[in-house]
Amino acid sequence: MYLSLSDWRGRRTEPPPGSVPAFRLSPVILALGITSLLTDISSESVAAVLPLYITASLGLSTIAYGFVDGIYQGISATVRIAAGWSADRTGSRKWTAFAGYALSAAARIALLAASGFGSLAAVIAVDRVGKGIRTAPRDALIRLAAQPEHLGRSFGVHRMLDTVGAALGPVLAFVILLVIPNGYHVVFVASLAFALIGVAVLGLFVPGARRQGQDERANQARSARRARPHWRDVNSPRMRRLLLAAGALGLLTVGDGFLYLVLQSRTSFAPEWFPLLYVGTNIAYLLLAIPMGRLADRWGRTKVFLAGHCGLLTAYAAAALPWAGLPATVATLVLLGAFYAATDGVLAALAGLLAPDRAAASGIAAAQTVVAVARLISSTGFGLLWYAIGSEAAMWAVAGMLALAIPFAALLLRQPAPQTAASTVR
Amino acid sequence: MTHRTRLVVLIAIIVLALGAAGGYGVWAYAQYQAESRAPSQVPVAASAPAGPVIFFRNTASGQGQGQVASVPAAAPQSPRTLTPQACDRVYAAAGERICLRTKLGLENTTDEQILDADWHPLRTRTLTGLPSRARLSADGQFAASTVFVSGHAYTGGFSTSTEISATGGESFGNLEDYTLEVPGATLTPQERNVWGVTFAKDGDTFYATVGSADRNWLVRGSIGKRMLTAIHAGVECPSLSPDGTRIAFKIKSPDPNLPQVRLLAVLELRTDQVTRLGEGRSVDDQAEWLDDSTLLYGMARGAPVGDSDIWSIPADGSGNPSLFIQHASSPSVLRP
Repeated sequence: MYLSLSDWRGRRTEPPPGSVPAFRLSPVILALGITSLLTDISSESVAAVLPLYITASLGLSTIAYGFVDGIYQGISATVRIAAGWSADRTGSRKWTAFAGYALSAAARIALLAASGFGSLAAVIAVDRVGKGIRTAPRDALIRLAAQPEHLGRSFGVHRMLDTVGAALGPVLAFVILLVIPNGYHVVFVASLAFALIGVAVLGLFVPGARRQGQDERANQARSARRARPHWRDVNSPRMRRLLLAAGALGLLTVGDGFLYLVLQSRTSFAPEWFPLLYVGTNIAYLLLAIPMGRLADRWGRTKVFLAGHCGLLTAYAAAALPWAGLPATVATLVLLGAFYAATDGVLAALAGLLAPDRAAASGIAAAQTVVAVARLISSTGFGLLWYAIGSEAAMWAVAGMLALAIPFAALLLRQPAPQTAASTVR
Repeated sequence: MTHRTRLVVLIAIIVLALGAAGGYGVWAYAQYQAESRAPSQVPVAASAPAGPVIFFRNTASGQGQGQVASVPAAAPQSPRTLTPQACDRVYAAAGERICLRTKLGLENTTDEQILDADWHPLRTRTLTGLPSRARLSADGQFAASTVFVSGHAYTGGFSTSTEISATGGESFGNLEDYTLEVPGATLTPQERNVWGVTFAKDGDTFYATVGSADRNWLVRGSIGKRMLTAIHAGVECPSLSPDGTRIAFKIKSPDPNLPQVRLLAVLELRTDQVTRLGEGRSVDDQAEWLDDSTLLYGMARGAPVGDSDIWSIPADGSGNPSLFIQHASSPSVLRP
């Protein structure tokens, strides 16, 4: 029999069978969502114009840009675990997250002054470190503030707001450059303004150590704070199985860019439509984030997590199938958006629940780092496969491996037999 | 702090932050308007010069900034003549012109335009990426464009994309898909970047850079055979001399502490002899031959951002650089 982790979680909070308390959006989660929205407007507006700014205005050479971009991609995973662990250890998840957001905002100030290769690379590195620091403590705050029965939905609300910001950022940059063609610094200043407001929302409206006694759920969080995380909190057999499953699936999650390229080669639309693919995926993601979270709460988070990967598998097939055209394109984008909606917040919820409260940030950080690293490896590997056997064959190959990996992951994430559980739950 | 106080503080921060950003935006807009309406900071001639000319992108502030301009090859310091065409990279040969121009949008794309001698567009294509290098063959029959492609989140980031086409319209494809032969090295296609094409005069041969991680090769290419053969290591952004005997290129600085620095050098094709030129600054351009003994290249001025000068230097390593055209980039010599 197949039991979900939400059932396992249920043992700890003991809701009467069949009765689930009504969903009430915690103001903490709303504040964190708005902070993420503003921060994503800030970071995505800069990310959209940075290649243009570097190559067109600063005139850095090819190699320099490659190096900057490499920094941009790689850094955040490495600091994430350390920040998650330290947030748990000091018990100050809010201020760890705050430090991360504030660091990225400070990087925007430095961006205004950066003019050479070295300073620009440093600014981008600082921004990425900030992102690495804030993600896991923030998700831990969501996990601790949410009603456990509605954890998936709570993450869904946050991810929806986050994605709205990611969609608005490039539009903001685009509009500014349309009005002021050389207005890169206006984009940077606007980005800084949004970053500062985001930091202010977090600082003012997310309760920290002293105010947390105010509501009932926070008491639980406070007791969590006193206990320090243990290594075994994030190294339990269950957690190891989750990390293994998420890592295996992550290895078969090729970058969106590759899927878009397959779609582009099949339907031969003009490059200027290319960004619409990204926009389409984001719209599907933000529309489905909450419904998928609710489904996860009701039906089981593991099931939705796995179903999301089935969606990804279908997206691969839709992109690679011979019947190209608009329906296949739309289907691919919707499935890709559904995949993110069903897996991103849900993974944070799964990892956050497998770790005890005192190690919530560490557990989430571990899962997110595993997935990020696996996806980086996957994209490099897929790139090689792409050129070795061609785009469609590569797509089918990955789809085939994913079809095998999903049952494997399901097996790993199965509710363990009672005797195993007894030996692992201390 | 009460909830109300927090709200007041937040509203104050929002008003301050957005007010300051909006104010800066309005100031920048006014500044931009004033600058683009102001007369050019350099003297501008009314009519086009006769005889051989040098086309370039005019980077002087004021009217005509970003537009293609020309000066007589014999008197490069004389007032420039503006064309109505705006380009980030420009090149001219015979009766054809190529113009790469950034197209503003949510994704970074480039318009590649082929124009006639009067700057009337013959065809336009959209390339995914940002303008980097543009070249035409001496007879104006072939065009090559290189763009920077910045990747999506997980695709591993940056690459270049270079495509050769007939100015008449037919595309000969992305050079990454050509067969590549590098003696002593095996490169997977995914690892290779190709950029900086320069054409020979036979209607088939060209030279380009193939890069992989931190290694670069000069390759000789054949359009007909769709093939690239490495002939020299450590060469970036080649430019073939008009007499077809030498290649000007960029070489890495011998100082390992300056990995980003690129210095100018010339390769004698027959003897494989490399001569370093007397330019000590890092060059980020594909050099252009003024004649068989002199090279031209753009060099950023530093401030304001985006402004640049064109410099010249003897191609035999005998002399120092001298300022050739102020407030200009992307030089292209139109030979008679």
